Formats: sequence, C-alpha cells, structure tokens
Amino acid sequence: MSQIPLTHILFLSTALFFIGVYGLLTRRNMITMLMAIELILNSVNINFIAFNKYLYPEKLNGIFFSIFIITIAAAEAAVAIAIIINLYRSHHSVDAEDASELKY
Amino acid sequence: MNNHINIALIPLLPLASFVILGLFGRKYIKTFSGVIGVGSLLISALLSLQTAYQYFFVDGKLNGVYQKVIAFKYTWLSFSDSVSIDMGALLDPISVMMLVLVTFVSLMVHIFSLGYMKGEERYSTYYAFLGLFTFSMLGLVLSTNIFQIYMFWELVGVSSFLLIGYYFDKPSAVAASKKAFIVTRFADLGFLIGILVLSFQAHTLDFQTLIDTLSKPQTIGSFMGVSILTWGLTLVFMGGAGKSAMFPLHIWLPDAMEGPTPVSALIHAATMVVAGVYLVARLFPVFSVDEAALTIVTYVGLISALFAAVIACTQTDIKRVLAYSTMSQIGYMMFALGVSKYNGEEGLGFMGSMFHLFTHAFFKSLLFLCAGAVIHLVHSNEMKDMGGLRKYMPLTNAAFLIACLAIAGVPPFAGFFSKEEILLAAFHSNKLVYGVALFTSGLTAFYMFRLYFSIFWNKEAHLHGEHHGEGSFAMKLPLVLLAILSVGAGFIPFASFVTADGAALETHIDYAFSAAPVFFGVTGILLAAYLYKTENARPQNIANTFGGLYQSAYKKFYIDEIYLFITKKIVFNCIGRPAAWIDKNIINGTINLFGNTTVKLSESVKTIQSGKVQSYALYFISGALLLAALIIYAL
Amino acid sequence: MSASVIIFYIIAAFILVTAILSVTTVKIFRSAIWLLFSLIGVAALYFWMNVPFIASVQIIVYVGGIVVLIIFSIFLTQKAGDAMPKPVRSRAIWSALAVIFGIAFTCNIIKQYKFIEPGNKNFDVHINDIGIQMLSTTDYGFVLPFEVVSILLLAAMVGCIVIAMKNKTEQK
Repeated sequence: MSQIPLTHILFLSTALFFIGVYGLLTRRNMITMLMAIELILNSVNINFIAFNKYLYPEKLNGIFFSIFIITIAAAEAAVAIAIIINLYRSHHSVDAEDASELKY
Repeated sequence: MNNHINIALIPLLPLASFVILGLFGRKYIKTFSGVIGVGSLLISALLSLQTAYQYFFVDGKLNGVYQKVIAFKYTWLSFSDSVSIDMGALLDPISVMMLVLVTFVSLMVHIFSLGYMKGEERYSTYYAFLGLFTFSMLGLVLSTNIFQIYMFWELVGVSSFLLIGYYFDKPSAVAASKKAFIVTRFADLGFLIGILVLSFQAHTLDFQTLIDTLSKPQTIGSFMGVSILTWGLTLVFMGGAGKSAMFPLHIWLPDAMEGPTPVSALIHAATMVVAGVYLVARLFPVFSVDEAALTIVTYVGLISALFAAVIACTQTDIKRVLAYSTMSQIGYMMFALGVSKYNGEEGLGFMGSMFHLFTHAFFKSLLFLCAGAVIHLVHSNEMKDMGGLRKYMPLTNAAFLIACLAIAGVPPFAGFFSKEEILLAAFHSNKLVYGVALFTSGLTAFYMFRLYFSIFWNKEAHLHGEHHGEGSFAMKLPLVLLAILSVGAGFIPFASFVTADGAALETHIDYAFSAAPVFFGVTGILLAAYLYKTENARPQNIANTFGGLYQSAYKKFYIDEIYLFITKKIVFNCIGRPAAWIDKNIINGTINLFGNTTVKLSESVKTIQSGKVQSYALYFISGALLLAALIIYAL
Repeated sequence: MSASVIIFYIIAAFILVTAILSVTTVKIFRSAIWLLFSLIGVAALYFWMNVPFIASVQIIVYVGGIVVLIIFSIFLTQKAGDAMPKPVRSRAIWSALAVIFGIAFTCNIIKQYKFIEPGNKNFDVHINDIGIQMLSTTDYGFVLPFEVVSILLLAAMVGCIVIAMKNKTEQK
C-alpha cells in the first residue's frame, strides 16, 4: 500500500479541476472549451476513484460512478461536437465570442 | 300594501323594454321596437293608475292624513347600523302623483313617437333610451333613500344626455348634449355635497329618518356664519336647480331642444326638469324649518320665472320659446314652494306648486307635441317659416290653443286653477313675489299667444309640394288625450290629495282675487293678437323702440357668454393653465426622473448581459466560490 | 520514500503540466495532443491506484474515442495549424484570480478536513465483481442506471445526427 495520503490525490484533482475551469473561461474556441470540460470531468473521476480506494475499499460504488461519468462524457462530447458543427455551419466560426446573439 | 310587486313592475317594465331593445332592437326586432316600448309603458301606466287608486282611495289614509308608505325596501349597501343605501319604493301623495304623471306623459310620448320617429335609422335605440329614461325617472320618484334618488338622478341625467345627443351626427346636438350633461353634473356636485352634509347631520341616508331628524328644531353648527342645515339644503337645492334649469344654471335647457321633439316634451317639459321641484318637495319638511334656504328657493324661482318669460318673448325658435316657458313655469313651482309653510292652510304654496307641476306637465307636453307635429310638417324650428298653418292642421291648432289658454291661466283651463293657488300663496306671504308673479303671468300669456299666432295665423301659409298633414293616428291620439287633460285637470280636487302634511286642504276659488291674473292674462293675449295675428310691422317697431333691451333679451341676457367668459378666460387661464403646468412639469417631471434614472441604470447594468457565455461562466464560478467561502468562513 | 510515492508525484506532475499546456497553447491541434497526454496521465494514475479496469476504460473511451472525435471536429471546422485568438485579457486575469482563489480555498478545506480511513483493507478490484454488480438486480445492483445510460447513449446518438444534419430546407 502506498503512503500517499488521500489529500494529495485530492489536491491533484482540485488543481486539475481548476485548470479545466480556467480553460473553460479563457479559451475562445469552442472545441478547446470542450477539452477543458473533459479535464474537469476527469478530475471528478479521480476523486471518485480515490474516495473509493481510500475510504470504502470494500465497495465498488466509486468505480461505478466513474464508469457512468465516462459514458455520459462520451455522449456529451458527441452532442457538443454536433452543436459546434451546426454552429460552425451557421456562423462560420466556432469562437464563443461570435455567438453572442442572445443578449440584451 | 300588499301589491308591491305591481309597484316594482312600474319602473321595471320600462327597464325591461330598454334592455330588450338595447340588446336586440337594432338587429332583430326593429319594426316592433315602438310596439314593445308602448306596450311596456301602457302596462306601467295602468299599474300606476291602479296604485294611485289604491293609495288615494283605499288604504293610503290614516285618520284623514295620507301616510308615507314604504311599499318595499331592501338594503343594498350597508355601511353601519343606521347608514345604508337602500333600494325601495316610497309611496306618498307626491310620489304617487308623479308616478301617474310620468307614466302617463311617457306613454303619450311613446305613442306620439310611433308616428314622429317613423323611419328613423336608430328607431329602436330611441325607444330603448326612452325606456331607460322612464325607468330612471320612476326610480327617482319612488326613492326611499337620499342616495337612491341621487343614483337615479344621475341615470336621468345620462338618459337625457343620450336623448339630446340622439342626432349625434349634428355637431350642435352633440354640443348641446355635452352642455346639458356638464352643467347638470356640475350642479349635481353640489347635490352630492349637500347629501353628505345632510346625512352627516342626520346620521342616516334614509329619507324618512332624515326628514324626521332634521325637521325637529335643534342646535346645529354653523359654517361661515350660516347654519350647516342651510348649507346642506342650499347645496341640495343647487342640484335641483341644475336639473330644473333654474337661473343661473338654466343655460343647458334651451340647447337641449336639439333632441327629438317628443323627447323635449317628455324630459325637458314634463318630467325630468321638474325633478328639482320634486326634490325640494320631497325634503320640504326640512326646508320648511329653515327660513334662509326657503328664501333662496323663492328668489331663485322668482328670478327664473321672470327672466325666462322675458327671454321667451324675443326668441324665434319655437322650441326655444317653449323651453324658456318651461323654465319660467318651473320658476313658478319653485317660488311657490319657497313661500309655503309646512302645516295646514299655510301649506297652500306646496299644494299649489305640486298642482302646477301636475297640470303643467300636461299642457306643456301637449305644447311640445304640437310643436313636434308642426316641425314634422314644415321641417323647421323657426317662426318665420311658419304661419297660417291652421288650415293644414286643424286638430293641432285646437290642441295648441287649448294648451296656450291653459298656460295663460284662462279659466276654466287647468293652468288657471294651479296658478291661482300659487298666486294666492304668494299674495299671503310676500307682496313683492306676488307682484312679479302677476306680471310674469301676463308675460306668459303674451309670449304663448305670440307663438300661437305666429305659427297658426299671421301670414298666409305657403306650403308647396306634397305634405302629410297632421300625421298619423298615433300622432293625433296623444294630442287629443293631453288636450282633454289640459282642460279637465284643473277640476281635480287636488288639494284634498296632495298637501305638504298629508291632510286635506280646503280651497275655494276667490273670484275677486282671480280677477287680477285673468286680467293680466287676457291683456297679454290681446296684445299678442294685436301684434301677431296678422302680418304687420308693429312687432318690428316695438323691437326697435326697445332696442337694447330687446337685443339683450334676444341674446338671452348674455348668460351663455358670461359662462364662456368665466370658464374659458378665468377658469382655464387662472386654474387650468397652472394646473396643467404643474402637471406637465412637476408631476410629469418627477415621473420622468424616475423613468430616466431607471433607464440609465439599466443601460449600465445591461452590459452584463453581453451574450458572451464565458463571461456568464466567470460570474457564475466566481459567485459560487465566494458564496462557498462566505458560508464556510463567515457563518 | 518508496517508488510508488515517486511514481505518484511524477504522474501528478505530468497530468498537471500537460493539462496546463492543453489549456494555454495557442495552436488548437497541439492543445488536443496535450489533452491526449493528460488523459493518458489520468489513466496512468488509475493504474497506480490499482484499478486497471477504469484505466483501460479511460484509454478506450477518452483517448480512443473522445480525443479522436475532437480531432475530427478540429479538422472539420478550422485550419489546425493556425494560432487561436488570444483570450480576452481582462477575462483571463479575472479567471486566473478566481481559479487561484478556488484552488487555495479548496485545498485549504481539504487540508482541514479529517478523513477517516478504515484501517488496512485491501482495495482489490476484480473485473468480474464489477460485471456482476453492474448487471445485478438485487440491492446495490446497477442494472437500472446501466439501462438508463444505454438509452441516454442512444438518445445522444440520435440527437447528434439530428443536430448536425443539414437542414433540407436550408439546402434549397
């Protein structure tokens, strides 16, 4: 068994989460925003696995959650890309700054 | 009384006619509208005759005194134990008398209109309005509650407005209807305040309680040196004066002649305009304890009577002459009330006033209906277009002559008797009033016969082309019936039925006394005959001799101009303009300030809604983090 | 300091560095590749945490599926070599501040929280346990979410087609 405490893994996932958030907030290209979202989802997955491993080693619930999250992430990515492509078709751009019709 | 359903039906039938004709008249039953109106009114009239018989001869009397009977009453709005607005029917001699009068004259007018209004575009609307008016007037007459009378008072005003403006494509009719409505509305403001003052003093709105409370001698506060009671009564009288076209609120009545002539006969001669008299009579027990208010009533009535008579001598529009004559006669009724006392022999003025109201309704509506028939024939209101019509319309001629004799006070026509009582009452009370009244009665005879001769004699008639004579049977029948009443109504022993205190009053004709008015009347007639019977230059010469006086009378003593001056120059400039300025700049400015501030604020705030999704995400995440920090660290 | 600890820190550093690069590089294709590495790093972390099944799922789905999908869409929508537009300056600054604050705040909380670890139990995941529990209809069985997710995937598939399909009226 490793000597790495749970908190360190949580630090890692926190950092990964906020890196993803940073990407989501600053990247103007929608595809890269999507990538940032993937990072965020991964950080959550890490959390689930880590909690499962450290706190409830006799159960499998964390693993199941990660599996479902991965599945849903796949679906989400597919839908997001469909939307991006559709948007590209109508705006000829995937820049989030350009798609700002929905305002005052 | 157990026949209160009948009494309720009297006003409700015209209302039903109004509702039916108003809803379905124009589309479905246009041709039957008149029949429906006449039918409902006929039943109403029969019911009210039955009610009158029941009241006067069967069960209205108790120990020789007519009682006030509340046929039915239900509380509509209750404010407190004693203050409530009720709807009901009050029967006493004057209300029963008015009931008969209103339904009968209304019936006559309905029948006359069958012929007169035939072929009108808005025939059924006309009958609907007539139904509404009759309903309102009956409701007014039967009121048990001072607020009920006010409501019907306004309804009467509305129906009058609607009927004056019946020919709404004529600008003058529209103006006249507005004028009538605004002037009477203005007067009704006084009425409303008066109601509030009186009901505040008496702690009730119910007529009977109010009268009982206020007619007792009492200590009552005063305002500006005049007792509160006088204020209240004067304000109430102001409402009455507005409706009854008393000087100086009379200006709407001549203009109201723009309405169809039968309407003038009904509303502006026989019924609505006497509502003011009725109101004073209704509150007479209270008026009689207040000397000051009665004096005001007397002099307003007297001035109106003389003033209108003088103007009537110069007018050339026959309906206007009749309008001023109406005003003059109502002035008679008013001052008769003013000189009266409550009890016994001294209540002669009250009785005379009601008697005159009763007879006047018949001969004045007869005059109007005759005028209607004449106008129907010559299509003009001007005297100069008429003359010599006696050959074309003998029946109308006879009816008109009867009515003129009646109004001139020639015995044995109806007007003689009622005028006699009034003059007698005035003679016993105030010699000045008597003198003016006597002179006015002479003037009345003069201008009425001036009218009569100008229409039916004077120059030879020159009607060319097709004309339809006197009109149909429907137009003749009311003339005959009303003419009979104009002759016969004077012989009704009115004093034994309608008096101030309900007890019968002994009256007798004092031939020595009646010589003077009859002399004045006959002089007036002869003078009119001398001037107008044949075409000549004498009237013109006299008009020239009296130059200024004639002109000012012809211009109705410039009352309209004074009103215009007061409203346009003084009220508009001194009150209206500043008020408009305040409204525009201060009130509107404040609102605009709020509005503009909001707009500015939202302009600056709205940039947050940039449509840029990442900004939203940033706000959201920052907010979520701050909230989390706040909750964890601060709380 | 055991090898396992060292490996963890190496993996952690790898994940974070590649992730940062992925959200900051100016060229979109490189960004995608850095993402790929980052995801592989996460998979490595799963291996390190002794859950090889999740690690393999991670590689199959993320690396083999999503990243490929992303790369496809990059090729569909733009020129891969171009530099991407710079982030809006003010927003970048505020985002960085918010993110740093978030990291500090969260780490602080994590540090303060006392996790109760249950002794020395082995964390031993067998794939057949996962499979049995996944399709079990008894208590703690995951068959219902499993079916729901399958429907979700179907719906997502249909949805993608509908969204991305060219409108017929548009073509006319």
